[in-house]
Amino acid sequence: MADLATPDTAPVDPANWTCPAPLRDQPVVVMGHGGGGALSAELIEQVFAPAYGNPTLAALTDSAVLGLGGARLAFSTDSYVVRPLFFPGGCLGDLAVNGTVNDLAMSGARPTHLSAAFILEEGVELAVVERVARAMGDAARAAGVTIATGDTKVVESGHGDGVYVTTAGVGLVPEGVDIRPQRARPGDAVLVSGPIGLHGVAVLSVREGLEFGVEITSDTAPLADLVAAMLAVTPDLHVLRDPTRGGLGASLNEIARASGTGVRLRERAVPVPDEVANACGFLGLDPLYVANEGRLVAFVPAEHAEAVLAAMRAHPRGTGAAHIGECVADHPGMVVVATALGGTRVLDLPLGEQLPRIC
Amino acid sequence: MCLAVPGKVVSIDHRADPLTGLIDFGGVQKQACLEYLPDIRVGEYVIVHVGFALQRLDEESARASLELFGQLGLLEEEFGDAWEQAARQESGTEAR
Amino acid sequence: MKYIDEFNDPALARRLLDEIHATVTRPWALMEVCGGQTHSIIRHGIDQLLPEQVELIHGPGCPVCVTPLDVIDKALEIAARPDVVFCSFGDMLRVPGTGRDLFRVKGEGGDVRVVYSPLDAVELARRLPDRQVVFFAIGFETTAPANAMAVHQARRLGLANFSLLVSHVRVPPAIEAIMAAPACRVQGFLAAGHVCSVMGTAEYPDLAERHRVSIVVTGFEPLDILEGVRRAVHQLERGEHRVENAYPRAVRDQGNPAAVRMIEEVFEVTDRNWRGIGRIPASGWRLSDAFRAYDAEHRFDVTGIRTEEPAVCRAGDVLQGLIKPTECAAFGTACTPRTPLGATMVSNEGACAAYYLYRRMTDSPAPQGARIPREEVNPVG
Repeated sequence: MADLATPDTAPVDPANWTCPAPLRDQPVVVMGHGGGGALSAELIEQVFAPAYGNPTLAALTDSAVLGLGGARLAFSTDSYVVRPLFFPGGCLGDLAVNGTVNDLAMSGARPTHLSAAFILEEGVELAVVERVARAMGDAARAAGVTIATGDTKVVESGHGDGVYVTTAGVGLVPEGVDIRPQRARPGDAVLVSGPIGLHGVAVLSVREGLEFGVEITSDTAPLADLVAAMLAVTPDLHVLRDPTRGGLGASLNEIARASGTGVRLRERAVPVPDEVANACGFLGLDPLYVANEGRLVAFVPAEHAEAVLAAMRAHPRGTGAAHIGECVADHPGMVVVATALGGTRVLDLPLGEQLPRIC
Repeated sequence: MCLAVPGKVVSIDHRADPLTGLIDFGGVQKQACLEYLPDIRVGEYVIVHVGFALQRLDEESARASLELFGQLGLLEEEFGDAWEQAARQESGTEAR
Repeated sequence: MKYIDEFNDPALARRLLDEIHATVTRPWALMEVCGGQTHSIIRHGIDQLLPEQVELIHGPGCPVCVTPLDVIDKALEIAARPDVVFCSFGDMLRVPGTGRDLFRVKGEGGDVRVVYSPLDAVELARRLPDRQVVFFAIGFETTAPANAMAVHQARRLGLANFSLLVSHVRVPPAIEAIMAAPACRVQGFLAAGHVCSVMGTAEYPDLAERHRVSIVVTGFEPLDILEGVRRAVHQLERGEHRVENAYPRAVRDQGNPAAVRMIEEVFEVTDRNWRGIGRIPASGWRLSDAFRAYDAEHRFDVTGIRTEEPAVCRAGDVLQGLIKPTECAAFGTACTPRTPLGATMVSNEGACAAYYLYRRMTDSPAPQGARIPREEVNPVG
């Protein structure tokens, strides 16, 4: 083949074309394992689930629902690491409370009590710890939960990133409520409680080396009240999820996979604030994969969709709620977006963290 | 190679070396190097890639392009055959 | 955002599409050169809206695809050194070298940082005088002015601890190489708009004439891409082979002279290996003699790294439009998005991944064949 090339160009030998493939079988932990995407899912499926092996964990819900002493207890834990610790609209402390409150609320529970465990790095200013703790106290009061127990450890300078917080929480699930990803059914309406991407963009805007000016703040907020308002319309909500790391795209993929249904999203119906779209535009990110800390996505039986949407919009945490798509029987396990132009694209589970790109 | 977006020059720091300006991308503001467009003025639009303004955005050309797109097909529509023709094409090619 | 939203308008897109549908009478194979254009095509589902006869071949215009393995290995070697802060655009972190990638080096303790601009790396070098700051200068003509300015600034500031690992490539020699391939099917190119914003269009008329190929300088928003396709199809249907500028708001014929001057001061043209394609004469840039002191390959003595690229997949054939992804024996079996053998299966906009995902969605083999009834895909109204 080479002899056919013109003298002034190199031969293109297609047989020798090799292209890069990502290394999926990482022998060490990489940042993507914490990104809420495919790598996180693999870590759980391949390491944690086999090691712990029990049906409660196998449900892979945001919080576990346990039968205890005649009551149904929702139980959840989460660790919080964010850089920088303080960002427009909140701080690590707000996330640590609201995140766990929301994980509980996503099973329909009314959260009541949290624990808080701090890992502090030697040398961190006490004033910083105090600011985080105060934010946690304020957030707990706002969410109507009690921080009932806690712990503190200190690691040597250089072995931590200032402050890490782990919270766990419990709450009671009302009678007749059964909310989990497996319950998504073809025909369900897919609702989102407000504009997406605000938290992720707010944090990026103050991240070292990336700083940009934007007048938006994190959406961090507790959602248990909003869920209660939705449950007042009907206890038969099928799925709730708070699209944190990995954004709406990761949450919808998890639901589609867990339920064996497809999700069809209408791109133009998804509320993306201009600033989020524009920040994502110059960084090369997809808003559908950007983190939220005060939003939920709901799969609701079609007959209740309108009433639930109205209840969401009537609630202060859901004024921007929108009906963004449908659960379908086609393409099980996949999320397909109908683009504004009239085409479609497959919205896959992100691999790991999104990074600014140039291409 | 190609992620470059249009933004509006908000301010220019003429003392900076290299020449730097603040660019507004629809409510998102970021500094960019203006060294390659030394005569750019506040209020003009530039195409920015990895923190560098690479080219002035010609607003007149943008308007002309959009105007052209808006006029496409109008001539044929007067003769009433564009949609029919498109429909014929669809039915021929869009069978699943 | 102004000058983005207008060029996403669904009603105008419909007009362009109708015009393309009305113009095309037989099959045409167009290659969009730039990965950014491929991204936009997949992101908006543009390929499904075009007439069946218009085939878009996703070209090799993405540094992730074409940066050769030995350069990646050099990057990994340098990034793993304890005295080094290795700075890169986010794109390159997941590109595997021999057995590992930059994410892995970071996981093993390497100081690898993602920067938005090459000037951020220069600033790091200023702030960390005790560390060696290396910037991974990859990309096409669009990125070259930025990377050139970074090393220019480093010299002006006297930053001896700053260097570049350069793997710059140029588009026109790649078009030349693709057209010279014996089985080449490409009849028209959508040339990369932002490359031309910098370099202008002077290099293209000769290519168009010699290879009898239409070249339309094309932008990145949906209407830009459709306009590029419309003009290319219009030319081809009339048997014309010209260079046209369908992205005049960002491209002047002469490019950006100040940027070109800086590129010519800092870089010099050199032969480059393209991953999978092989060596293409005069297809890249390296630091010129005046800036050789800032060459990381010499500073860290990695010039000796030579890596053989194993032939594992037919992504090269796919990228040149010689075969469809489904014609590769590994497609869907050994090679899936979960276990990709080639770059075209890696990201969602890769040709193979797009085919794979659509097949899963429709049980139909190809995105352009997998059409969805119009009423379903066109909620635009």
